[in-house]
Amino acid sequence: MDKFSFDVAHMLAGSLVLVSFVQLYQDRIYALLNVFALHAFVLALSVAWQAYVHDAPHLYVTALIALGFKAVVIPVVLHRIVQRLGIHREIETVVGIGPTMLAGMGLVALSMVVMLRATPEADPLAREDLAFALSVVLLGLLLMVTRRNAVSQVVGFMSLENGLMLAAAGAKGMPLVVEISVAFSILIAFIVIGIFLFRIRERFDTVDVRALDRFRGERG
Amino acid sequence: MPLTIALLCVPALLGTSLLALVVRRSPQGYRAVYGISLAVSLLGLFAALSQLLAGAEPSHTVLPLGLPWLGAHLRIDALAAWFLLIANLGGAAASLFALGYGAHEPAPQRVLPFYPAFLAGMTLVVLADDAFTFLLSWECMSLASWALVMAHHRERDNRHAGYVYLVMASFGTLTLLLAFGLLAGAQGGYAFETIRAAPPAPLFASLVLILALLGAGSKAGLVPLHVWLPLAHPAAPSHVSALMSGVMTKVAIYGFVRIVFDLAGAPAWWWSMLVLALAGVTTVMGVLYALMQSDLKRLLAYSTVENVGIVYLGLGLALAFKAQGMAWAAALAMTAALLHGLNHCVFKSLLFFGAGAVLHAAGERDMERLGGLIHRMPQTAFAFLVGCVAISALPPLNGFVSEWLTFQAVLLSPELQSWGLKLLVPGAGALLALSAALAAACFVRAFGVTFLGRARSPAAERAHETDRFSRAAMFACAAICLVVGILPGLFIDALAPAVAQLVGDRMPVQTVAGWQTIVPIVEGRSSYNGLLVFVFMTAAASLTAYAIHRVASDRVRRGPAWDCGFPDPSPATQYSATSFAQPIRRVFGTVVFRARERVEMPPPGSPAPARLSVSLQDLVWDGLYAPVAAGVGRAADRLNHLQFLTIRRYLSLVFVALVALLLVLAIWP
Amino acid sequence: MALIFDLAVQGVQMLLVLALAPLLTGFVRKVKARLTRRRGPSLIQPYRDLVRLLRKEVVLAENASWLFRVVPYVVFAATWVAAALVPTFAAGLIFSWSADLIAIIALLGSARFALALAGLDVGTSFGGIGSSREVMIASLAEPAMLMIVFTLALIAGSTQLSTIATFMATGDVGLRVSLGLALIALIMVAIAENARIPVDNPATHLELTMVHEAMVLEYSGRHLALIELSASLKLLLYLSLIGCVFAPFALAGPEAGLSAYALGAALYVLKLAAGGFLLAVFETSIAKMRVFRVPEFLGAALMLGLLGTLLLFVSRGL
Repeated sequence: MDKFSFDVAHMLAGSLVLVSFVQLYQDRIYALLNVFALHAFVLALSVAWQAYVHDAPHLYVTALIALGFKAVVIPVVLHRIVQRLGIHREIETVVGIGPTMLAGMGLVALSMVVMLRATPEADPLAREDLAFALSVVLLGLLLMVTRRNAVSQVVGFMSLENGLMLAAAGAKGMPLVVEISVAFSILIAFIVIGIFLFRIRERFDTVDVRALDRFRGERG
Repeated sequence: MPLTIALLCVPALLGTSLLALVVRRSPQGYRAVYGISLAVSLLGLFAALSQLLAGAEPSHTVLPLGLPWLGAHLRIDALAAWFLLIANLGGAAASLFALGYGAHEPAPQRVLPFYPAFLAGMTLVVLADDAFTFLLSWECMSLASWALVMAHHRERDNRHAGYVYLVMASFGTLTLLLAFGLLAGAQGGYAFETIRAAPPAPLFASLVLILALLGAGSKAGLVPLHVWLPLAHPAAPSHVSALMSGVMTKVAIYGFVRIVFDLAGAPAWWWSMLVLALAGVTTVMGVLYALMQSDLKRLLAYSTVENVGIVYLGLGLALAFKAQGMAWAAALAMTAALLHGLNHCVFKSLLFFGAGAVLHAAGERDMERLGGLIHRMPQTAFAFLVGCVAISALPPLNGFVSEWLTFQAVLLSPELQSWGLKLLVPGAGALLALSAALAAACFVRAFGVTFLGRARSPAAERAHETDRFSRAAMFACAAICLVVGILPGLFIDALAPAVAQLVGDRMPVQTVAGWQTIVPIVEGRSSYNGLLVFVFMTAAASLTAYAIHRVASDRVRRGPAWDCGFPDPSPATQYSATSFAQPIRRVFGTVVFRARERVEMPPPGSPAPARLSVSLQDLVWDGLYAPVAAGVGRAADRLNHLQFLTIRRYLSLVFVALVALLLVLAIWP
Repeated sequence: MALIFDLAVQGVQMLLVLALAPLLTGFVRKVKARLTRRRGPSLIQPYRDLVRLLRKEVVLAENASWLFRVVPYVVFAATWVAAALVPTFAAGLIFSWSADLIAIIALLGSARFALALAGLDVGTSFGGIGSSREVMIASLAEPAMLMIVFTLALIAGSTQLSTIATFMATGDVGLRVSLGLALIALIMVAIAENARIPVDNPATHLELTMVHEAMVLEYSGRHLALIELSASLKLLLYLSLIGCVFAPFALAGPEAGLSAYALGAALYVLKLAAGGFLLAVFETSIAKMRVFRVPEFLGAALMLGLLGTLLLFVSRGL
């Protein structure tokens, strides 16, 4: 692979990490959703570039799925949900933004070192891609941990999944069937979570997941 | 020859101590003591310079003192000469300052005898070439400084400071004692030559590093061993504070360098990680603590903690490079560390002198009751300002040069192999950058609240300029700050033999580059020219001033302050030290100090005042020292009943102990 | 002869930055006004303001000290020297080795140090509020800037700005994540350092929202003129910095001919115009943030810089 295509792939994967950081920085739900759309868009670009570089047409399908579902459909639906739930003004984080960003830095450093140490012989692009993918996964988890709002947690989960996609695409692509089934399962998960959200809302009049904790506390 | 001169200084200083016992009550006695100390320090300075500049071979002597089978080994090499330079420079400046400042000492009999002994102790530590002499002079230094801290022992805070200091100093000496024991090995070769010839096994060497870090680090003020420092340094009279902050911490660093780089053999790869982590925490914590203080001298003491962290950062980098066999990079880091040692000695002495002058002139060291002193003490204010600029690492003064060199050393470290260091070094670099910026904030606050604005108390309004000796000392220090800042190449070259001795390589010769440019590695990679920057700035400023006054306008009218149309005559409406630190306290303090603000608003209609209270927690003290102190207290309570036994029981205790020991002896293989 | 020519080029650069700085400020104001459908003052209004201020008398507060009168000159000199060392139309100027990028940042730090002291000198509450907030902002902006410098220095193998610019111009760099991070962080720092929206508002005199303006509230006449000029110079400096590192097109080399210099100068003016235009668009499209949101903003810049450095440290073996 020539230097230029390596650079572009590297750049796109790095941008995905950067957008993950931008997600961590957002404390308003709409902004978070927009950034999530951007996240998915960058992922789609990255996957498409891999498809082009490796000449693997099925990866274009993956990229299209990512673009269609994650960058357009899911954010729009989540926008709607937020609007219907009337929680678009809520701002909350469990931990402050500064410590969250610091923790994020630590996670990126950690995944870099772990991945680059573990795979000294592998193809450089795959190495870097795996390291970035692990960072994105960890940052997604961090987002889920530091938010209370169920919608933000969904976003965290989705961006975590984006990291997995990046890893899969970097590993010279996975079979299309697996790809579609993954996308489908994500969709199902999304619908389940959506219904779940409305159920929580009906029951507790909030989507703050602390309500669930309290509820369990009462019972238990 | 330099060794003889330097050694002659020690008995001369001790003799001055005896003289001080005689003249302690006479009103002019202080002049004799400080005058002789000044002369002897200048002599020591001369010795150090002649060793350094001549590039002489190390010279060595054994005096028939101390332990009969060991004698007192003494030696001067380039490293010792560099620290001898720092010690005597600081000593000379403090003595000059004290020639004027000593007149205001309320209890001269408690200061005069110990002052020369303190100087003698520090000189001897640097010259010592065996473990016994080193520890003895180290203790002499500690005890003399402890006595000076306790000079004003009627104040409760000072007694507390003295107590904490004594405990920590004993702890430090104990760990150093153990370190030397490990270094000497089973044969008990306590002379440094013997140790150098047979460095300890790797495991022991690592233990030595940890012990040296604890022992020398507690003296130098590494977080979390720093707790005594901000208590003890401000408690002493100001010229002694200057010595303790400016020189004694450097002597402690000398101890660390001597043990780790010279005696302990080849460094292991993880040593530098430990040192770098501690140093990074120390720099930022030190300056954050300093930002929260409103006592001027305590602020300076905490800033000493920060600067010690910067020196250790350089040392940690040097260790890392040395362990990886990159001697040329280690030379850069080591030069930065040692040069920062000198720089800190100069500007911290200057700042403590300034604080002493303020303390005498206004009777206050609480910044909340000072202000506007620039009008009453213009010369002190100017010198203090120079010190503030220097310590904030701003060009063209000296603090910037050494921090710049440290940054250059950080930039060399991607070549390092260890993954841990690859993560740690950029973090340490970021902490260093953060601390440099915070130090600037801290000294804007220190100077601005103390010297600028309007007087916050009647005492500050009545302040007066200090005497001419004190001013001479301050201006001398300020001049050195400028000289090192604009001609750093001379000092880097003077340092080269010491660096080469420690890491096996030296920085490129600087004075050949022309125009006093410093070039750490190669030209085109990085260079800095303090002289040109200084000349450019001065020329640009004065030309602009001249042109504007000449061509445009030079009229001035005095009027009331504008203040958006609502000036308030009360000085209480100014920003105070606490309010100045508020934004930074909110940003950093909520995490680091658990800073909490509480506002008590009276209900509408009530004439009660609204109150804002701020609480800070010292997590180091609460987390580390308080449990230890509580544990010691509990243990002491448990053992308390031992005080109330009968004679027979005491005797039986002694008897049982004796028999037990004999049994151990019998069973021991 | 070559020496005289080099000196002349350096001199031209010093005068060029001085001459262009107010124009840039005027241009940004004009674009902002146009974007909000106002007509706006003319492009040369800043020059007129400066001349007017220079000729007016200075009104000093009664208890202003000598420091207060010296600071404007110090601030101006430090900023001017710093601006003269950043490559604008040509790299490798004769004095460019006398201070590297770290030293340039520190020179700006000196200027800020002096200005923050001046804010405290008269002893008014506005001066204090400005100074204390300025040092808070600086305490995060400066380390962020140094981290950016680290990133650039690790990529180019030098902290010398001329060398970095020449290296970037060769195109060997390729696309790098670290560079992207550094660019974003640098823009954030530049916004904060120049007291632009969303960190501070250069146009406001609403007391509680201003930082830089509060600090210089007591200045008047020629002193104020120098401080305004320094602020313009600083804006120009940051735009030149971004330009010479991230868009080093047509930067004349050390021994270039006159035509290369002319081309460099023309493109430099274009770069400035583009930068100023983008700044104006950005400022118009965003609202000012609360003061205590600024640390998060700058903290993010610091993190980005650190992340960029870290990536370089870790993945250097590639």
